[in-house]
Amino acid sequence: MSNNNNQFPQWEVFIQEKSGSPFEHAGSVHATDKKMALQNARDIYTRRLEGRALWVVMTDNIASTTRDDEEEFFDPAEDKIYRTPNFYKMPAGTTNL
Amino acid sequence: MNTKEALYNFCLRLADNNIVLGQRLAEWCSRGPILEEDLAMTNISLDLFGEAESLYEYAVSLMDNNSTADHLAFLRSEREYFNNLLVEQPNGDFAQTMMKQVLFSAFAKHLYEALCNSHDETLKGLSAKALKETKYHLRHSSEWIIRFGNGTEESIRRTQFALNKLWRFTDDMFVMNDVDEELISMGISFNLDDIHAKWKFTISEIFAEANLQIPDANNVITGGSKGFHTEHLGHLLCEMQYLQRVHPGATW
Repeated sequence: MSNNNNQFPQWEVFIQEKSGSPFEHAGSVHATDKKMALQNARDIYTRRLEGRALWVVMTDNIASTTRDDEEEFFDPAEDKIYRTPNFYKMPAGTTNL
Repeated sequence: MNTKEALYNFCLRLADNNIVLGQRLAEWCSRGPILEEDLAMTNISLDLFGEAESLYEYAVSLMDNNSTADHLAFLRSEREYFNNLLVEQPNGDFAQTMMKQVLFSAFAKHLYEALCNSHDETLKGLSAKALKETKYHLRHSSEWIIRFGNGTEESIRRTQFALNKLWRFTDDMFVMNDVDEELISMGISFNLDDIHAKWKFTISEIFAEANLQIPDANNVITGGSKGFHTEHLGHLLCEMQYLQRVHPGATW
């Protein structure tokens, strides 16, 4: 975020669809504090029963990889196919592991 | 006045409060201070329209006169509207709008809480549903008021001004007439003096946190539940009812 604007700080919104499921990123809102961020997130992202719980976190507090990091972070995994469970036989009768 | 007539009138009073305040909030659409708040206010406006619609539908079902919810909303004149004077007041600035919201939402919260014990099953059900929405409306507006009261010199000045300006319309919410008398005797509604005491406690806590001074009651004005209004309601209805007046019976 640039510093020379009059917007409230930006927050990222994460919604949990139902108890036990992961919180998923939904988008962002502007707000001056946690309470306002939660309410704005509620009003913008959960009007149509999208979720039962919300997280908000200030965008500035999120550490992110950059495009420059891509090669060294992610390319090395490309030829490590043994890290995926492709070579295991599923026990008979199992539908979920 | 028999019980059915009293209940009909009481439903109109509640519904009229909701639709008039909903219409006022809708006036903020596309004019909110920030996008998020624009959406929050129109969300609340839609909640209020929804509550009004349920109450109008119930009112219609009480009378066998071929009336409809649309008819009640769009074809009654200001003297036939029974909303409280507070909700029809113009929006003013954002502080005044939020002050109006907090004063009304605190009243609606305590009234709906009481009505959750009504002997009328439909009113009880509608109140339980509306109560959830109203609690959120109170939370939303009270946090703005507390924020403003602890904010800048300008925000404090505007918020105190809003309270001073709107205070004289608050007594009107607690005025009782023969409608209330009949419904209280049947266990359908409750003594508004009790609601007044609870309301006063709730808003006093909020205003204490916001460092705002409750003003002396000057020029107190009442009459909404008898159909006597300030000059603002007629103009609001003109705009809200335009379509049904020009194209009677229009549906979509």
